[in-house]
Amino acid sequence: MKPYGYVRATSVEEATAAHAARPGARYLAGGTNLVDLMKHGVEEPGTLVDVSRLPLDTVEELPDGGLRVGATVRNSDLAAHPLVRERYPVLSQALLAGASGQLRNIATTGGNLLQRTRCPYFQDTAMPCNKREPGTGCGALEGVHRDHAVLGHSPHCVATHPSDMAVALAALDATVHLHGPDGERTVPVTGFHRSPGDHPERDTVIRPGELITSVVLPAATAGLPSAYRKARDRASYAFALASVAAVLDLADDGTVRGVGLAFGGLAHRPWRARLAETALLGATPTDRAIAHAVEAELGLAQPLRDNAFKVPLAHNLACRVLSELAADRP
Amino acid sequence: MSAAHPPRDPAATDGAAGRSHDPAATGGDATRPHDPAAADRDDTRSRVTLQVNGAPRDLTVDHRATLLDVLREDLGLTGAKKGCDHGQCGACTVLVDGRRANSCLLLAVAQDGAEVITVEGLAAGGELHPVQQAFLDRDAFQCGYCTPGQLCSAVGVFAEAAAGHPSHVTDPARPAGRGPVELTREEIRERLSGNLCRCGAYPNIVAAVEDVTR
Amino acid sequence: MHSTRARVPAAPAPALGAATERVEGRDKVTGTARYAGEHAHTPPDCAYAWPVPATVARGRVTGVDTSAALALPGTLAVLTPGTAPRLGEADDPTLAVLQDDAVPHRGWYVALAVAETLPDARAAARAVRVTYATEPHDVTLTEHHPDAYRPDLANGGQPAFRERGDIDAALAAAPVRVDVTYRIPPLHNHPMEPHAAFARWDGEGDGTHLTVYDSSQGADPVRKTLAALFRLPEDRVTVVSEHVGGGFGSKGTPRPHVVLAAMAARHTGRPVKLALPRGHLAAVVGHRAPTIQRVRLAAGRDGTLLGVGHEVTTHTSRVKEFVEQAGVPARVMYASPHGLTDHHVVPLDVPTPSWMRAPGEAPGMYALESAMDELAEALGMDPVELRVRNEPATEPDSGLPFSSRNLVACLREGARRFGWADRDPRPATRREGRWLTGTGVAAATYPVLVTPSTATATALHDGGYDIRVNATDIGTGARTVLAQIAADALGVAVGSVTIGIGSTRLPRAPLAGGSSGTASWGWAVHRACTHLAERLARHTGPLPAEGVTASADTTEEAGRTPPFARHAFGAHFAEVQVDTGTGEVRVRRLLGVYAAGRILNPRTARSQFIGGMVMGLGMALTEHSTADPAFGDFAERDLASYHVPSNADVPEVDAHWVDEDDPHLNPMGSKGIGEIGIVGTPAAIGNAVHHATGVRFRELPLTPDRVLPALR
Repeated sequence: MKPYGYVRATSVEEATAAHAARPGARYLAGGTNLVDLMKHGVEEPGTLVDVSRLPLDTVEELPDGGLRVGATVRNSDLAAHPLVRERYPVLSQALLAGASGQLRNIATTGGNLLQRTRCPYFQDTAMPCNKREPGTGCGALEGVHRDHAVLGHSPHCVATHPSDMAVALAALDATVHLHGPDGERTVPVTGFHRSPGDHPERDTVIRPGELITSVVLPAATAGLPSAYRKARDRASYAFALASVAAVLDLADDGTVRGVGLAFGGLAHRPWRARLAETALLGATPTDRAIAHAVEAELGLAQPLRDNAFKVPLAHNLACRVLSELAADRP
Repeated sequence: MSAAHPPRDPAATDGAAGRSHDPAATGGDATRPHDPAAADRDDTRSRVTLQVNGAPRDLTVDHRATLLDVLREDLGLTGAKKGCDHGQCGACTVLVDGRRANSCLLLAVAQDGAEVITVEGLAAGGELHPVQQAFLDRDAFQCGYCTPGQLCSAVGVFAEAAAGHPSHVTDPARPAGRGPVELTREEIRERLSGNLCRCGAYPNIVAAVEDVTR
Repeated sequence: MHSTRARVPAAPAPALGAATERVEGRDKVTGTARYAGEHAHTPPDCAYAWPVPATVARGRVTGVDTSAALALPGTLAVLTPGTAPRLGEADDPTLAVLQDDAVPHRGWYVALAVAETLPDARAAARAVRVTYATEPHDVTLTEHHPDAYRPDLANGGQPAFRERGDIDAALAAAPVRVDVTYRIPPLHNHPMEPHAAFARWDGEGDGTHLTVYDSSQGADPVRKTLAALFRLPEDRVTVVSEHVGGGFGSKGTPRPHVVLAAMAARHTGRPVKLALPRGHLAAVVGHRAPTIQRVRLAAGRDGTLLGVGHEVTTHTSRVKEFVEQAGVPARVMYASPHGLTDHHVVPLDVPTPSWMRAPGEAPGMYALESAMDELAEALGMDPVELRVRNEPATEPDSGLPFSSRNLVACLREGARRFGWADRDPRPATRREGRWLTGTGVAAATYPVLVTPSTATATALHDGGYDIRVNATDIGTGARTVLAQIAADALGVAVGSVTIGIGSTRLPRAPLAGGSSGTASWGWAVHRACTHLAERLARHTGPLPAEGVTASADTTEEAGRTPPFARHAFGAHFAEVQVDTGTGEVRVRRLLGVYAAGRILNPRTARSQFIGGMVMGLGMALTEHSTADPAFGDFAERDLASYHVPSNADVPEVDAHWVDEDDPHLNPMGSKGIGEIGIVGTPAAIGNAVHHATGVRFRELPLTPDRVLPALR
């Protein structure tokens, strides 16, 4: 880490102005990933603009029954919030399946969305990595990549997004609210993270200087049966090999009126399983129907040399979660 | 906006270069001399005040310095351990404003005004905290390097459970915030999984924490 | 007035065998115990060092551009192969740091930054620009690698090759055969305290003195090495290792960090602290070498073994030969007329492997005990009974009688406690919802080792006793058990004994390794205390102000080779659940029953046994490292990717022992207990996974990528 400046913002406007005024500025919230990457030399800020004390640390109930989650709400507080626990169980479960108690006490909602891949080639500045240094190649493509992507990757990058929370938000149709030099805008979580394509250096669609101010959980998915399941190498404190977030809305006749299904650990972004959802809509969610739907989605998978196991793993997780939700026993 | 406080005249500060100003509280030897380069670094250092184990500590910190490094290298509070420096082991766990946190990932400059409790601050007036005593009773450690983090983490867990915070193994149907969560062995294991112990003292750690909850 | 008569209280309760609390426990729970990088007297001018690892797997350094690093604020110096102080001869070539331009593996240190503060040092190290001439590298161990050779000796001075009878003929004639190959990946010790050192030089010329606080399992070996490297007489080097945050073998030999710290302090004239970043450990402090192990068992239909073959292929670096002696336990375990144990090693462009908890026994017994389970299945025989059936009368390889051997008692007691009798041997028949469950058993063994030591015991004027020995407590409870040994030898209460360990200022002693610490140090403490008690018994009148001191040196008695095979034994039982949808394997319970001589402190012994089992759980289920073929690195270098077990992975774990009264060991009657806990655990878990799933996995760890595809 080279020496750098530090300013503490007290309002969103001050933060974005400070960011714009200083070359190499980075927003600092919880810092659990940024400080980590600074120690690796992956991030070398000129100035840190501390946004951790902005008044964005509350969960607010919206008139329509949705929730507005401030960007600096800590992961632990969000997971424990009674309204989240009650109306969006998948989100609480996803948060609690990630990291550790002490990390969740630090990490923020906005920061969690913006966390970067844990690909070892990305984290080591001596390795080739198109995400860290475009044009240097992808070390993982032919390297050690058991943990890497099976969906939506490109020859330039096979990294996965590490967040659990974002997978739940994707399944819930949450939206990200941004404040930037050009004003405010809203992006659905499902459109917030990118596939790597030719530009793996861009994880998200966020524009330079933009700051996440909140995430809105829509009323439409509030109170629906939902659940998160994650498979990992050890029983706790490990990133997902694969994970599933599911929200299921059944009509009175037992057919699927609405469904949100998203995978974690499989792609460069939370992978919203639109093909599976389409196959399920209107159907009776029998085990067979669920399996067919999930297969439709995972038929898109293109595993790498050493991670084909993720396809059946994700399949089984998704089938299990959907079946349990369909049986109303999440 | 409150720009970070620029350092005052280094000569007027306590242990300039961010070193301890209170030798008596830190074993007497942790104070470091004025760094002659400090004056050139005004835009890369700031003055902060931390409440550490109940005492205010005025410091000039390098913006790059983590809370862990300030505790260990500047304040001589080496109870907080550096096991990985990347939030992957929990040995550095301390309580910040009453909540457990990995001090290796907290930049000290961003903690200005925070109340920090380290393992050195758990025993009030020489009386061991019940969880410290339980660790002794249950032989809940071997090499001792993860122990301060385990202890601070456990203290954090007691507060979280009392406040009704759920964990990964809490029944999803249980509403949050409605009374304390019972710390079963399964709950203790999950909630303390952010503190790795390579000596494998986990069964004894769980027993010790369980003792305190009874 | 003090008199000798008054000094010896009337027969206090024996200290040995009591569950005495750790002497340093309070220091550890209050955070006042100081580890190497936490020297309580950090001087005001202390500088910080940060090493620069090579980023190529093989080649040489062609240039080191230090200008950018030196231009950063706070940088004091950058040592390079061209500028670093020249060292004397090292027995261990991994310590010849910054002495030439060769890069034998990725991660080898090629420069060292020294700066005013920790952030400055990190930044300076990052700013050093190194250029290399690279050469093709090979880091991949294969079963029939063209460079494989049979060394003379494997680790521990064990012959690489031993043969009795004709294993091939035995196999050809046997009605039941097992011929299988197991694989274990590289594993990393990862003690919670990364290796750290503080170094300071004082005085000039003949008065030069080097003082080092090092995170080491043995301060005396570190002193000897530093004296040789820096060309000093040993009495002008002091090494302190007061509290050590785990080692598991990785701190058993001096490591580059301590040499670099001393170099940096010499070069800059400043005291220097150097704590290795976690991410460096995989490359510079040793690892358990990967093994490919072929096990061949020939048996009669009644389960009697007719032949045991265990052939091991492993790797070493190009710097130093280290051969994981995984075939050695097969020389100890089971009776058979025909036996073959063999080791081959392949030098690769990898970091140098070294000791990791139970080197040889841990990987070797995984293979042997898994194969025994396969044989039991082939025979349709209970795996406990199969082992009992093949209990040898004498050590199979040497023919020596055992000083004591209670494997059968461990198996029987373990089976009783575990509820083994109720077990349905059929695999893949127990389903509980999404889980398949199963149970497994495996035996364990670890040799009795002992090394000569010295110690002193002093009766103090104030009525207390001061024991001194340069032992090291890496978490074993050495202080505590040595105080107990002293108390009993003196016939006093343990509370009247103070114990000084962890410094070369104390009587010379061997390192904490090979489960030999208590035997080695304890023997010397016992002798010194026995001598002291004799002298006190003869002493009349008040003690002199300086007290009365007796010393001991066990070179003769501990160095003697008795005509016995001496080993600890144990039995491990495991119950697992396997998630049929994810391939996740979780342990439900673990039980270890041990026969390890006299258990001197049940509290600390139980902790060590359990700790070994937890590490064995990691070896079975979560831990693995990959030598990246393209870049030569271990890919899993941090604790987020190298998965040591977390608390949630560890369920009910229990350790028990059977009483053993073995007169052929040492005055305490103890065998080592620090390593045997890991030895049988991986096979017990693997065998339980087979019982649960019906699938025989022969490569560790049992992670979902391996397990799930096999379940389909």
